[in-house]
Amino acid sequence: MKPVALALLLAAATATSAAELPEHLRDTGLAMGHVQDDPAIAAFSPQYPLWSDGAEKRRWVRLPPGASIDASRPDAWQFPVGTRLWKEFSVAGRPVETRYMERQADGSWRFATYVWTEDGRDAVLAPERGTVVTLPQGAHYQVPGRGDCLACHGGARVPVLGFGALQLSPDRDPLAPHARTPSAAADGPKAAASVDLPALVARGWLRGLPPALLARPPRIAADSPVERAALGYLHGNCAQCHHAGDGRVPVRLNLEQSAADPAKSHADALRSMVGAPSRYRPPGFGDDARVVVPGDFAASVLTTRMQSRHARVQMPPLGTERPDAEGLALVYHWITHDLPTRKEPRP
Amino acid sequence: MIRRPVPMTASSAAIAVLAAIGLTVAPPSAAAADRDGLTAEKAARGKYLVSTSGCMDCHTPMKMTPNGPEWDMSRMLSGHPENLKMPPAPALPQGPWLVVSSATNTAFAGPWGVSFTANLTPDPETGLGAWTVQDFKNTIRTGRHLGRGRAVLPPMPIPVYGNFSDEDLESIFAYLRTLPPVKNRVPEPWAPAETTAAPK
Repeated sequence: MKPVALALLLAAATATSAAELPEHLRDTGLAMGHVQDDPAIAAFSPQYPLWSDGAEKRRWVRLPPGASIDASRPDAWQFPVGTRLWKEFSVAGRPVETRYMERQADGSWRFATYVWTEDGRDAVLAPERGTVVTLPQGAHYQVPGRGDCLACHGGARVPVLGFGALQLSPDRDPLAPHARTPSAAADGPKAAASVDLPALVARGWLRGLPPALLARPPRIAADSPVERAALGYLHGNCAQCHHAGDGRVPVRLNLEQSAADPAKSHADALRSMVGAPSRYRPPGFGDDARVVVPGDFAASVLTTRMQSRHARVQMPPLGTERPDAEGLALVYHWITHDLPTRKEPRP
Repeated sequence: MIRRPVPMTASSAAIAVLAAIGLTVAPPSAAAADRDGLTAEKAARGKYLVSTSGCMDCHTPMKMTPNGPEWDMSRMLSGHPENLKMPPAPALPQGPWLVVSSATNTAFAGPWGVSFTANLTPDPETGLGAWTVQDFKNTIRTGRHLGRGRAVLPPMPIPVYGNFSDEDLESIFAYLRTLPPVKNRVPEPWAPAETTAAPK
């Protein structure tokens, strides 16, 4: 995204008043139950989902009738005006919030989140600055403010996260943590039509997708299954900020995996991590902190920050209050066992 | 085009600092804009805002002189000096005293831990050289680094600076880009638990 576009996105988001957003989730076009009767709505599930403290998540997308996504740039899909996406977060089987984003006529996106009532019959627009929900077990659940949405969506290559060529590849990664595929049992009868790349093409929702990506579905170019899953995990959880495009944070860490050129993105990601100096130096790391030290999980800044939930250290910096044990175990295995045993030295 | 000087050390920056203060470093044409659309006009306005908004007070280290503490202009706006390793802050007794600052006025201990003022010069590795104007605006607007990282800590007056207009913030950033880059890696903040020495 160009900086100007990011500025417009920010301006649009901050300028959107609560009054302009529907007060109830049902008025955004999403049915409140499991079954979505609107044929323009499809469920989807990214193969490398974002860790959200173990919340169960369901996602839907809706395109305006007759509209399609420009997929000619496989890593930067352009969504038509009127595109809507929802992500529902549930804890212990109870829906807590549903996040919503919609593309406006001027090309900007607006964001909102809806908090579910305890009886699960309604979901109401959350305050602009977010709120805290007390769950039945007494735990507190932080609902993000609209500005928080931009922390991840605002600087990404495309504001829509988790819905792209790699994330929806039918060549799904069996080692990816927390991935789930919508099923009829969990998501209603129409969930059988949940979309992957071929399904999107069949629906006529994609135009310009390079045919090679259907013949050979996108897949991370890794040297081992564990590396594939680890790089996919970092792509899904970190690449919205740590990429090489406009809007990235200004550090030399590129964790974005490409559907168009997987070999290059694989090499770029390793070059920016393995043995690379870290601008951030955690206490006790001295002046020679490295992003990833092959064979030494504890000496790697990457995993130090992934493990921390101290507000000044943790990565990602928001949206999670608990480290992801499964994701950490995967990255631990990659750093400790895979990286030191490579046949060829890595950059 | 706003000139972006090559990095230099703190000591060699002193002469160039004098030029920057007067904006005499090859002044660009007022109409020309850099990659972020920042012009020399904006930089001149930014110089005024920086000099009247208290930025120097914490981001330029103080040094003791015969006339008392004065800014060390060889380190202008380069934040807490990396070679000044701070010991644990003294524990304060119960009472209304809450905050302790270093003699340089660049390190502050309080209930939030210890914060160190940032290097605002355009050094690409340790300052704002790799930032875009949008990164800067996002930081001030949200109170988070780059608009998405950790919170900016006290005593940075984010609620006050949040009242700057977009044009003001662009002007401030334009001026900061004209400063001589000073290579100075400011330490990360300390958490409250590791902040203070045991009371004696």
